[in-house]
Amino acid sequence: MDSSSALIEVRDAWMSFPGKPGAEPIHVLERVAMQVRAGEFVCIVGPSGCGKSTLLNILGGFLQQVRGDVRIEGATVTGPDPGRIFVFQENGVFPWLTVEQNAGFGLWKSPPAERDERVRHYIKMVGLVGFEKAYPRELSGGMRQRVEIARALAANARVLFMDEPFGALDFLTRLKMRADLVRIWQAEHKTIVFVTHDIEEAVQLADRVLVMTRRPATIQAEVVIDLPRPRDLDAPGYLACRDRIFELMGMDAHGGEAQAPR
Amino acid sequence: MVGAIRKPASRNGARARSVLLPVGTAGVLLASWHFGVVASGSDLFPTPGQAVGGIVELARKGLLLKYVVASLFRVTMGFGLAVLVGVPLGLVLGWFRPAFLALNPIIQALRPISPIAWIPVAILWFGVADTAPIFLIFLASLFPITVSSMAAVQNMQQVYLRAAQNFGLVGLPLFRRVILPAALPQIITGIRIALGVAWLVVVAAEMIAVNSGLGYLIIDARNAGKRYDLVVAGMMMIGLIGLLLDLLVRRLERFDEVRWGYGQQ
Repeated sequence: MDSSSALIEVRDAWMSFPGKPGAEPIHVLERVAMQVRAGEFVCIVGPSGCGKSTLLNILGGFLQQVRGDVRIEGATVTGPDPGRIFVFQENGVFPWLTVEQNAGFGLWKSPPAERDERVRHYIKMVGLVGFEKAYPRELSGGMRQRVEIARALAANARVLFMDEPFGALDFLTRLKMRADLVRIWQAEHKTIVFVTHDIEEAVQLADRVLVMTRRPATIQAEVVIDLPRPRDLDAPGYLACRDRIFELMGMDAHGGEAQAPR
Repeated sequence: MVGAIRKPASRNGARARSVLLPVGTAGVLLASWHFGVVASGSDLFPTPGQAVGGIVELARKGLLLKYVVASLFRVTMGFGLAVLVGVPLGLVLGWFRPAFLALNPIIQALRPISPIAWIPVAILWFGVADTAPIFLIFLASLFPITVSSMAAVQNMQQVYLRAAQNFGLVGLPLFRRVILPAALPQIITGIRIALGVAWLVVVAAEMIAVNSGLGYLIIDARNAGKRYDLVVAGMMMIGLIGLLLDLLVRRLERFDEVRWGYGQQ
């Protein structure tokens, strides 16, 4: 990829956390390099505990890498930014606000009329019409994630960082959320970096899947998913991409060890 | 079909039990109190009827209302001051690490001292006036309110803070829109505990420092003529008002803005 067209650019990023007193620090990321173009949907997959979330938190500005360069929109990342909203795995919707108050949260500086207009629009887009006055505790897990997505969209974020946002949902809800996320992404032209441990999810969603190694993790491969959307989950192209990623992670699609582990 | 018939019947049964059990137990206890006093032949300790008679007598003389108002006034002042000082203080201690490091050891050392132990000090500083019991109530309520507000901020879920920072909130907007609402359920719990403590302390303080209020009523009824019917009448009023105060604060926990903080249902 031509580096000048990259919206997000990570060069030689390293990350470690201090271990127990006296022990070695825990090395999480080594030599991570990646690029994301504007409007691209990129998934990051890897074994659990490998540092995918750490990498996303660095991109989101919540963690500072110990070495290397992380630039977004040409500027070094120094902290969280309202133009780049993080969607949390554990759901960051505020339980003391209603659905519409949550959706409008990022617009706290905007005039009320504009805010109401945008909130209405995005509540409709995520499919929560009729639940505007409901509190999060009255909603299902999937609906709460929809509120969080609406909150990010209403705030006009250009980039969404999504950290296993559907990980806690049941299977059918997850499928529906994926389909809706692709629809929203196509309508809104956002740049999305999406972390998941679910290979099938990555192949259903992404333009490109980045595969990480075990800890200390680096990006070992990139799989381009050049398939039309909505994707046919039985198509040979889909299955080939999926099996390629399974193989890169040292497994076959049935959970067995692949021929060449690691 | 048997199950379909039995289910509503057992629901009715459960409802009847939830009324009958407490009413029945109270009835048995009152009856044993009554007959216990009669059997012992005591002419000092009152039967339940004589105690209620004491309440009626106090009401007729206009003392009941006067003493209840006096006690409630002191609680309102001392407790209100403690809320005004304790909530902001707790929030600051919870948010600013240096403030916590500086003040927390002192708070933890003062906290186990019973408010009763402060009575001589309060009389020395404020004399025998309303100020002394108000000070004691303030002191007694301050610690639970401060400590719960502090813990509320410290235990706040990290994800709310991150989301708020992500949307660019810092300083006062961050505090007003996220930190305070996130801490509110636990602050209200602290306020409820503090109000219970305040009501305990006002009675104790009034026994020593002043000459009005329900605590004064109890000690005065005993000292002037061993009127134990009035002593027990005073105790009944204290229990009743304490219960009402707790029910009042519990209502705060039902607001939509804080209900999420008290588990399911």
